[in-house]
Amino acid sequence: MERELSFVEAICEATDQEMGRDRNVVLFGLGVDDPKHIQGTTKGLPEKYGAERVFDTPLSEDAMTGVAVGMAWAGLRPIHVHIRMDFALLAANQLVNMAAKSYYMFGGKLNVPMVVRGMIGKSWGQGPQHSQALYSMFAHVPGLKVVAPTTPHDAKGCLIAAIRDDNPVLYVEHRMLHFQKGPVPEAMYEVAPGSARVTAEGADLTMVGISYMQLECLRARHELAAVGIEAEVIDPIWLAPLDLDTVVRSVRKTRRLLVVDNDWAYCGVGASLVAAVAEALSGEVGIQYRCLGFQPTTCPTSPTLEEAFYPNPASIAAGAHEMVRGDSTWRPPRRAYPETISFRGPF
Amino acid sequence: MPPTSSRESRGAGLPARDPARTGPPDPETCYRLLLLIRTVEEEIARVYPSDVIKSPVHLSIGQEAVAVAVCMALRLEDVVFGTYRGHAAYLAKGGDLDRMIAELYGKNTGCAGGKGGSMHLVDVEHGVMGTSAVVATTIPEALGMAMAFQYRREPRVVVSFFGDGATEEGVFFETLNVAALRKAPLIFLCENNSYAIHTHLHQRQAQSDICRKAEAMGVPAFRFESDDVETVYARIAGAAARLRADPFAGPCFFEAPTCRWREHVGPGEDFHLGYRTADDVRRCQANDALKKAAGRLTEIRRAVIEREVLGAVARAFERAAAAPFPEAGTLLDDVYKEV
Ligand SMILES: Cc1ncc(C[n+]2csc(CCOP(=O)(O)OP(=O)(O)O)c2C)c(N)n1
Ligand SMILES: [Mg+2]
Repeated sequence: MERELSFVEAICEATDQEMGRDRNVVLFGLGVDDPKHIQGTTKGLPEKYGAERVFDTPLSEDAMTGVAVGMAWAGLRPIHVHIRMDFALLAANQLVNMAAKSYYMFGGKLNVPMVVRGMIGKSWGQGPQHSQALYSMFAHVPGLKVVAPTTPHDAKGCLIAAIRDDNPVLYVEHRMLHFQKGPVPEAMYEVAPGSARVTAEGADLTMVGISYMQLECLRARHELAAVGIEAEVIDPIWLAPLDLDTVVRSVRKTRRLLVVDNDWAYCGVGASLVAAVAEALSGEVGIQYRCLGFQPTTCPTSPTLEEAFYPNPASIAAGAHEMVRGDSTWRPPRRAYPETISFRGPF
Repeated sequence: MPPTSSRESRGAGLPARDPARTGPPDPETCYRLLLLIRTVEEEIARVYPSDVIKSPVHLSIGQEAVAVAVCMALRLEDVVFGTYRGHAAYLAKGGDLDRMIAELYGKNTGCAGGKGGSMHLVDVEHGVMGTSAVVATTIPEALGMAMAFQYRREPRVVVSFFGDGATEEGVFFETLNVAALRKAPLIFLCENNSYAIHTHLHQRQAQSDICRKAEAMGVPAFRFESDDVETVYARIAGAAARLRADPFAGPCFFEAPTCRWREHVGPGEDFHLGYRTADDVRRCQANDALKKAAGRLTEIRRAVIEREVLGAVARAFERAAAAPFPEAGTLLDDVYKEV
């Protein structure tokens, strides 16, 4: 039996192992040494590595992001944690104007090896300002890498790869995935930038699920299997750079691409993926494309509205079914899944 | 825009208070407001485990006195900007009780139609501007509104409430600077409860004298020794009168010590986390403004007010529970204002 860890434990182990291996890795952010340890992802690290390497910050996201850039220029490898992705907006100037551009703008003289961890919320009324994904905004900017692992295995491998990367990497964590458990090797390993994974095989359509929508796509696949539709599911893992080839190969086979983004679809990573695949297959006729994402509005707090805001396994399966069978009336039941039940406030 | 009339109205059938009072704060109003806020938040804490409120709540139990003292010195047409820990300022300024509870319940009848929740309360008619979940974000909005009032020569005062943690953000300093530069009719009000989540002020600020920061940016500052309602009220009433008399009188800054009795977010206590002790909080509880306010009234008056407040709160929760959830079909309403 392979050893199992939770997503949270996998992040913690990756950080621990990298800090143990490389004295240049430092970890900071609001609450990293807090009694709640950022959901457990920094547990034990303040004690093990001391307050000079693991430290809390004041509420100063903008400055601390610039601090990370300066540290990186001096050869450190900072990890800056935001308990919510929404707060990375206060760091946007430093991320977009400095971290992303530094290496290019200074003629290859100053690269920025830093990791920014940002958490996406959902459910329990996280609402307008505590639920945003925003990764598409950052993936838009050349010079930034963006990764959104969905399993404990990839949580560890991607974080190690991000820390070792010589460029700024936005590491996207979905709070609903923190609950997942799965096999995680003890040894150190990298899940390298630009490596997508086929997570389930099928011949009838290709579903690409980004971040938490990967899990929802696998659930939708289950619903579809019950009516005889075999969906292939792909986890892109890295959103910038994107592994286009794996998706193109699959779509060439299935002739149908449904991308489910965990972000607003317009100008999003999902829409870009659809466009890129369509371009790559532009000589071929009869391929269907579709992109689902958040409804084009602010995330509402009220549970009834929030339910309508996000794609879910039933709505994803219904969309896929329509693509395969041309019938838009079929819809599987909306089921309750363990993490949405166990995810309760306060926070 | 908030209305310019000075007609005083209060939510939930609570009687009006005299908005233009000078002299010491009316003890009955003071007790009523303190009791209202405490009762509402204790009821929130009580029902929270049943999941009728499915969103984060940041309670101000123990911190009510500052909001009450400040808001009693304001008029209906004055405006307050609060934070995600905004129940006290909302209610003290006269925000509608029924609509607040319905908002927490995610209901159609909520002050934001259920779209905002506890962290985004709003009651424009009563001068409560929408609150933000992102620390320090509404400090510049308060300045913007003060500058608009100044521009139109409206004798209206804006108060920006924020916590000690907010004084670490860049936007705090930027706003202080511009407010001083523009001599804006704005009152900065820092509710210093010593903590940002679980981290003490001294672990976050090398120079933790917050008033000195304000003064360094050119804004005169005053630190209250305690959250005593009468003292805070008198100072704020004076400052407000000065700003109403002269829209170019310039901003002022107040820091009030206060104490959060419950956990940072959620209904419970959090002494098990070890960042502070139960004794720390017990010391604050010995100075409970609500108890002091109760002591200033006769038993009969107190009983009348209690019955009134408890009844209003109970009705607000009943109405919220009975109200409908928003229809899924309204999800895309209000993304843009359509003409
Ligand atoms: C910009 C930003 N950074 C971090 C957070 C997370 N956070 C929420 S409340 C809080 C503490 C704020 O402390 P303070 O301003 O003193 O207000 P209090 O909660 O004590 O009322 C933090 C860090 C946030 N909401 N916004
Ligand atoms: Mg505080």
